[in-house]
Amino acid sequence: MRSGSRRRCARSLALVDGHASRRNEGPQVVACPDGPFLVRGDVDIVLPDGTPVPRTRKTVALCRCGLSTIKPFCDGTHRASGFRTG
Amino acid sequence: MRIPSARGEVSSRLFALLESPTPDSREEFASAVGAALAADPDLLADDDLQLSLFCLYELAYSGLDGVADLEWDPGLLAARADLEAAFEQQLRALVPVPALPEPTADAVAALLFDQTAPSGGRSLSRYVAKQATDEQLHEFLMLRSVSTLKEADPHTFAIPRLRGRAKAALVEIQADEYGGGRPGRMHSAIYALTLRGAGLDDTYGAYLDAAPAIVLAACNQMSLFGLHRRLRGAAVGHLAAFEMTSSIPNRNYGNGFRRLGYDEDVTWYFDEHVEADAVHEQIAARDLAGGLAESDPDLIPDILFGAGASLLVDGLAAEHILASWEAGRSALRVPAPVRA
Ligand code: FES
Repeated sequence: MRSGSRRRCARSLALVDGHASRRNEGPQVVACPDGPFLVRGDVDIVLPDGTPVPRTRKTVALCRCGLSTIKPFCDGTHRASGFRTG
Repeated sequence: MRIPSARGEVSSRLFALLESPTPDSREEFASAVGAALAADPDLLADDDLQLSLFCLYELAYSGLDGVADLEWDPGLLAARADLEAAFEQQLRALVPVPALPEPTADAVAALLFDQTAPSGGRSLSRYVAKQATDEQLHEFLMLRSVSTLKEADPHTFAIPRLRGRAKAALVEIQADEYGGGRPGRMHSAIYALTLRGAGLDDTYGAYLDAAPAIVLAACNQMSLFGLHRRLRGAAVGHLAAFEMTSSIPNRNYGNGFRRLGYDEDVTWYFDEHVEADAVHEQIAARDLAGGLAESDPDLIPDILFGAGASLLVDGLAAEHILASWEAGRSALRVPAPVRA
């Protein structure tokens, strides 16, 4: 993964705790408990050889249980398998 | 939407009124609603009342063909309110609401994940994956078309009723449902592609006559929650539970259609939901339901009620389809119209 354009992100406003804020304006990765990594923002997803992974939605979930049938994306299988992150 | 066939006294009076709103037709409709509700109906099984409610709601969506703009007609709103009150009362009596969690996003999300955990029992999606016939798959598509051709619309009504984290989460989910700015990727449009690919009619409401009361009830409860600010907690809980029980079943549905040789135009809708709803369920549980629970702890009971209503009524609708098929019957209320 490679972070996207800083300059573009820096101009955006994010809402933190209900207040407009200039913090947290870059790409964001949320480590979901017992689930995937949720990736928001301008991030390229590439295979180990650099091939871009087509991305059709703004926010994606990346599998971290290893069991998804649509890797690198999550397909919800982690819930059926009882995957635990902590 | 085309006005469907009436299913009893209330819907026939309603359609007469919609075609010609006169003092007489208004009076006859109002008294039919009063008489029907006085008989203490089982709303979940009442074809006449669920269809009437569905069509009254439709005035707030895309409207009814040939009907004047009656969305804010006081008489129709009063009748709708009476039907809604009875419907909500029955849902509240039937939906089990668990012990309240701590008013934190984590606790509410954990409870919702627990309540929507995949189970190994009999399920419509596994039946579709493994053994449904081609005819049954067509029935499945027709029954789903009632709500899916306006997918996402009911919950969108809740957006201006939320603030902060919950609102941003709902917008994030809905923007994805609506294709992220690309009309061809709207989930309702992808579903229309599925219908056409299976040789079915993608006109909104084309198979309404075939949908039994419980399928309409599943759709109507989303409108009930979405159209009332008072029920915004239930709208949020409903969407969360809906998204959290979607990825794995949709993989099964897609596999069922693949098993019978359908191409990607038909399976795209289901495959899209496997990926999309794995994203949406995280946002819906933590930021939407969890975010609302933290900002408005008083709404936690309704968040859980909405989630429970989704699980209960959608579960009953799925059970109706499965039980019909297992008994060798059609799940449709009336045979589907044959396409010209
Ligand atoms: S983390 Fe969801 S399928 Fe692996």
